[in-house]
Amino acid sequence: MTPEILAAIEQAKREKRPVVLATQLPTGEQQLLPAPDAPADLNDAATRALDRDESGTVKLGETDWFLQAYNPPLRLIIVGAVHIAQALVPFAVPCGFAVTVVDPRRSFASDERFPGVEISTDWPDEALDKFAPDSRTAVVTLTHDPKLDDPALDRALKSQAFYIGSLGSRRTHAARLKRLRDLGHQDNALSRIRGPVGLNIEAVTAPEIALSIIAEIVGVRRNAPLPPKSSL
Amino acid sequence: MTQAPMTQTEDVLQTAAQWRAAGEQVAVATVTETWGSSPRPAGSQMAITKSGRMAGSVSGGCIEGAVADAAMKTIENGTPQLLDFGVSHEKAWEVGLACGGKVKVFVERLN
Repeated sequence: MTPEILAAIEQAKREKRPVVLATQLPTGEQQLLPAPDAPADLNDAATRALDRDESGTVKLGETDWFLQAYNPPLRLIIVGAVHIAQALVPFAVPCGFAVTVVDPRRSFASDERFPGVEISTDWPDEALDKFAPDSRTAVVTLTHDPKLDDPALDRALKSQAFYIGSLGSRRTHAARLKRLRDLGHQDNALSRIRGPVGLNIEAVTAPEIALSIIAEIVGVRRNAPLPPKSSL
Repeated sequence: MTQAPMTQTEDVLQTAAQWRAAGEQVAVATVTETWGSSPRPAGSQMAITKSGRMAGSVSGGCIEGAVADAAMKTIENGTPQLLDFGVSHEKAWEVGLACGGKVKVFVERLN
């Protein structure tokens, strides 16, 4: 790999720009895609690799190309700078998530409690409007406080977020769904919210609950056959 | 330069680049194709230095040794290699892929 190619990949990562490194096998000739001067079928294959977020070898004509897909990180927006959020961050980052913690309560959302983590002290609906969750974004609400959780869930439901989870008991969740229904959300949309949040591993402590949440997020992302959640 | 702390997303290429920038001679191995039950998907990477450092993985630990050996040659002469690890179930232990899967691994030097 040439220093130029390496630098270009690093730059794309910094700019959060999706890029594909195409390596001709077995010679090792490399180029970055999509590129205006690359053959159309090679560019198309690169676009597919990015869409599926999957690296692999494709045969075009007589040539084998290995396509390494570099997508920007997945995103996790955690609403509520609470104890469980502190436990969730160190699980989420190695799983490939760029994490943002949202909490207007500055005593919770402090750098001391979340060293090195992006923090927003905006009101959750404004924060979510700003971050614009897409199909590579997960949103988890952990505040337990309808004033904070509900606006975040309202915005998350209006987005393409691939995962929406909300902390709270079955009873809390039922009351939450009723409030969101009153905001105009339909049952089929509300079924996107995973609540009580997390896989059922009988988690008790904050790290255990965080583990159950990240496991559920990964399961949804990887299309695992998860048991259905709430009965609406 | 040490490896990224555990609180960072695994980025083997970045680790390799940091080692290179620190003056190490570095090769990068990448899984390009898999068949059957191989533990790491295509795109998985391992960085190897001439001084013996390793980061990342291309299998469940079965073929890393053989890949590291091959990487030394690529570091030496700059010629990339496409390695083929594929064996029958009974003989899997010989090359190390106990799962019986097959993988291709591309090894290149970081210039």
